[in-house]
Amino acid sequence: MEILVCVKRVPDTAENEIEVNSDGTGIETDDLVYSVNEWDNYAVEEAIQIRDDVGGSVTVVSVGDEESEEVVRREMAMGADSGLLLSDDAFESSDGKGVATILKGAVDKGNYDLILTGAQADDGAAQVGGMLAAMLDLPYASLVNSIEVLDDKKLKIGREVEGGNQEMSEIELPCVLSIQTGINEPRYVGIRGIRKVAAIDIPEYGTGDLGLSAESVGESGAKVKRLDYFVPELGEGAEMLEGSTEEIVEKLIELLKAKGGIK
Amino acid sequence: MANIFTYITFKDGVPDDSALELVTAAKQLSADASPTAVVVGSGIDALCNDVAASYAEVWKVETEALSHANAEITRNVLKHILPQGSILLVPHDTFGMDLSPGLSIKMDAVFVADTIGFEGTDGSTLTCIRQEYGGAVSTHVACDIANGAIINIRPGAFQPDETKAASGQVVDKSGDIGDVSTKRVYLETVAAEVGDVDITKEDVLVSIGRGIEDEDNIEIAEDLAKAMGAVVSCSRPIVDAKWLEKSRQVGTSGQTVKPKVYMACGISGSFQHLGGIKGNPFIVAINKNPKAPIFQVADVGIEADIMDFLPELTDAINEL
Repeated sequence: MEILVCVKRVPDTAENEIEVNSDGTGIETDDLVYSVNEWDNYAVEEAIQIRDDVGGSVTVVSVGDEESEEVVRREMAMGADSGLLLSDDAFESSDGKGVATILKGAVDKGNYDLILTGAQADDGAAQVGGMLAAMLDLPYASLVNSIEVLDDKKLKIGREVEGGNQEMSEIELPCVLSIQTGINEPRYVGIRGIRKVAAIDIPEYGTGDLGLSAESVGESGAKVKRLDYFVPELGEGAEMLEGSTEEIVEKLIELLKAKGGIK
Repeated sequence: MANIFTYITFKDGVPDDSALELVTAAKQLSADASPTAVVVGSGIDALCNDVAASYAEVWKVETEALSHANAEITRNVLKHILPQGSILLVPHDTFGMDLSPGLSIKMDAVFVADTIGFEGTDGSTLTCIRQEYGGAVSTHVACDIANGAIINIRPGAFQPDETKAASGQVVDKSGDIGDVSTKRVYLETVAAEVGDVDITKEDVLVSIGRGIEDEDNIEIAEDLAKAMGAVVSCSRPIVDAKWLEKSRQVGTSGQTVKPKVYMACGISGSFQHLGGIKGNPFIVAINKNPKAPIFQVADVGIEADIMDFLPELTDAINEL
């Protein structure tokens, strides 16, 4: 099975406190640690397991700049066979549809049976996989948390739905699936693994290579544009307990007693 | 403004809470909006009448083939019946996430995910409010709705419109719905496994998130729960890491809990997690990041590393 996995380089929210920058145009990027989007990492692991099971190859693709190449290489170190970087100044500030358009260009250059994305990334939109499938006119399922290869034409898949239930379906290949976290246990990649793939060439494609018009992507193609960032105010906010740990513990115990929190 | 439609999700013949929330969302989008509800399924007559109490018009799309209508089939149906340029509001739940991005491509409309508010329109530019990074920051998003829009609305972000004063009419749109064949066939729904404890029935929960850092540290939370007479629950990353059973997970993709007291320990507070906490409990948030979204919804907050704070609290309770 020929599998393409779409990955994105994102700020690592487990490692950083995400804050709005001083003029509200973006997030504070000083000292930010970046990594592969968590959902995408599960998708790559799933692709590798499927390939090891039924044969074929895994290609990892990312839309981004030189720094995204590191992320592609890291995922290759997990065991993907090849990588692709889709990079062009014209891709800057693409909206979800723009990113899907760029990825479609890469899909059209290959011959893939299965295309995986992470269910969502840092912006929480969960949109690129579904858009890509619609552009390619392929069947799609989101939030996939199990995949079983039935034969070379069909998969049995599970989708995570409300309440921890799982919706089981059969889906025809080729198809696009967006992968939910927890579907597997992604393998650890050490520095040695990354060294092993350090010399492998990662081809880079721009608008021309992908047969795209610059107007269809990037800032000029975007119909959905982020205007600013601000700090959300969802509610009145918690009453913050201050003081020494001892004082805080004492206050908290009184509150918990009053609310029935200590039996 | 273009016609506004809402997509009604339902379970066992009962409309989801979002059916009434989308009325409020439509009115915030356009003050004089009279949205039309769209209901797709099989055996939905009573459901449509129910929805018509809140909508001036309900479009019913009903055939046997739609009894297990997944997003793939529903997308084709909606593309067929919705006028070009419509605005469709969809709950941002697991169905809406499956349906809407692809529908926006098929209808050549813009898509805005997980919207929590609207800030008005200027010509064909609509400004929506969203969040990124799991709720850590908010954004204003401008979208060009000249060609229509598919907008997913976060469940719970808008108050339900309870007026039920519409006494609307149900219009049968089942006649011409196009091709309902699909390359993705529904098989069955597998119910979540039942675990050793039922967190949905507990009054006090000590809930842990990423801040617990390591499987071995879960003991700290268990000790506190024991001291309080509580049970340990968790957020999604703990289950993904296979440190606790799925049945202990609070959130829209896990269990919906209704405790009296909820101790959120090292939990940032994504909307998916908060969506699983009902009944307005007393929420205590303990997190070393003062900007964690959980502090906005908690009653009491403590800026501390749970690894240091929880054992102190446990010791103090044990000494009572």
